[in-house]
Amino acid sequence: MADLSVNIGELKLKNPVLTASGTFGYGIEYADFMDLSRIGGIFVKGTTLHPREGNDYPRMAETPSGMLNAVGLQNKGVNYFISAIYPKIKDIDTCMMVNVSGSTVEDYAACAEKINELDKIPAIELNISCPNVKQGGMAFGTNCAGASEVIKAVRKVYHKTLIVKLSPNVTDITEIAKTAEAEGADAVSLINTLMGMAIDIERRKPVLSTVTGGLSGPCVKPVALRMVYQTYKAIKIPIIGLGGISNWKDAIEFILAGATAIQIGTYNFVDPTVSVKVVEGINEYLDKNGFQSVRELIGGLEV
Amino acid sequence: MKKQMADWLVKENISLNNSYFLLKLTLHKQLPEILPGQFVQVKIEHSPTTFLRRPISVHFVDRKAGELWLLIQQVGDGTRQLATIEAGEKLNLIYPLGNSFTLPADKNTSLLLIGGGVGVAPLLYLGAYLKERGYNKPAFLLGARTENDLLQLEEFSKYGEVHITTENGQAGEKGFVTNHSVLQNKKFDFIYSCGPKPMMMAVAKFAKEHTVSCEVSLENTMACGIGACLCCVEKTKKGNTCVCMEGPVFNINELTWPI
Repeated sequence: MADLSVNIGELKLKNPVLTASGTFGYGIEYADFMDLSRIGGIFVKGTTLHPREGNDYPRMAETPSGMLNAVGLQNKGVNYFISAIYPKIKDIDTCMMVNVSGSTVEDYAACAEKINELDKIPAIELNISCPNVKQGGMAFGTNCAGASEVIKAVRKVYHKTLIVKLSPNVTDITEIAKTAEAEGADAVSLINTLMGMAIDIERRKPVLSTVTGGLSGPCVKPVALRMVYQTYKAIKIPIIGLGGISNWKDAIEFILAGATAIQIGTYNFVDPTVSVKVVEGINEYLDKNGFQSVRELIGGLEV
Repeated sequence: MKKQMADWLVKENISLNNSYFLLKLTLHKQLPEILPGQFVQVKIEHSPTTFLRRPISVHFVDRKAGELWLLIQQVGDGTRQLATIEAGEKLNLIYPLGNSFTLPADKNTSLLLIGGGVGVAPLLYLGAYLKERGYNKPAFLLGARTENDLLQLEEFSKYGEVHITTENGQAGEKGFVTNHSVLQNKKFDFIYSCGPKPMMMAVAKFAKEHTVSCEVSLENTMACGIGACLCCVEKTKKGNTCVCMEGPVFNINELTWPI
């Protein structure tokens, strides 16, 4: 059996397979289906300083090979997370990480500061790329000045591994990645969802209550892979790749393109055990091809 | 209740007419506990435009035969593809999902089960479940657009009196379920309803006006079915609530419908 462990900043992951925020609840939703300790880590649902009701229904539209969502960061706020959720998930034997979002720079920092106090949360993922909120979210992640401001503020108060989740809805994702690196992020994760929309032609109305939403699923994989590849050439900090990964072959592609770890998102809805299957598949691939460690594959693409 | 994912075997795929079909599925192990009102998430193979699973309510559980029945309407590409599945093929399900209908404490309660279109599906299992537990025979009030959309009437009649409406008057009383004379002629203590949202809202309005307890089963569009994605929310008095976890069955008093 090959060595599957990878490091993201100071974070040691038992394997590179993580689950994406917003697709895996708090992990416990999937505990009936799989042994959570078999995957490298879990990014729990996007958390904000204050509770958020999210957007109105309908929030979802299926597309061929994917879906649009417009959930809008529904969550009960960081205080509720700390008092009610954290005690239930802190002893899950994998890296439990929190995705942090906000409407203002101050909100991001205040939320991150509170999570910094939680012993069993070794990292946060700063969500500057949510397309479904009116204020904040992607607004910070689509220009370097905005990204810089929010990462700087969070870096000041957050002393563990800081991962910045990038939006693909930009002209050049490597510019934002370089900004994140310059402001002291330990890693970047990419991509968040691509902005899209769907129309109900019978009603001549948008399907989603918010008109536009975020596209995810296998249909975005080639775009995500290309962005990981470009970003790998532009920065030195590790990349966590995500976007449409639905099997171990997809995961290997992302690692070859330069990802140190990967996240599985939307496909969890189709197969709640897919993440474990990806761990097994990566391991078999390494053994079959004579690699001692998954780290030998990172950025191993021969062009 | 522990959720599971497993391949079920298609024992029969019975075409009821051009639009509806009935799947009878068996499992290689003992059937788990399944409550009336719960649903399963069906994985659809070989349909390029179908990505997500399809939530389908449990129509009936035949414990003697070890069968789970799903009553399905062909609506889009996914259900059309599913209609072509043959006996002997496998179907991957996640189950059992969601909450269930609340059974009243008093077994002599007068119960009315109102279904519309393919929304009648969960009421058959509810009827059987009530009978098994010694409840008074419920009445069924089943509505449909046309005679062609009336489903499984013989099955329903095993568990209670069946009343019918069709919109075009082809069978039973003409009109909507809420126009049916049984609502005027008889007093009910508890109404369970499943069907198109406008129908359930009309039923809820009737129940509220006549101070009858009422539960409805919602079918909001879903992705995960297990409370992870928060896509299927219904606005309730507690705020946006997942239909897949805290529903699909809601008491009308929990909802914020304008009734």
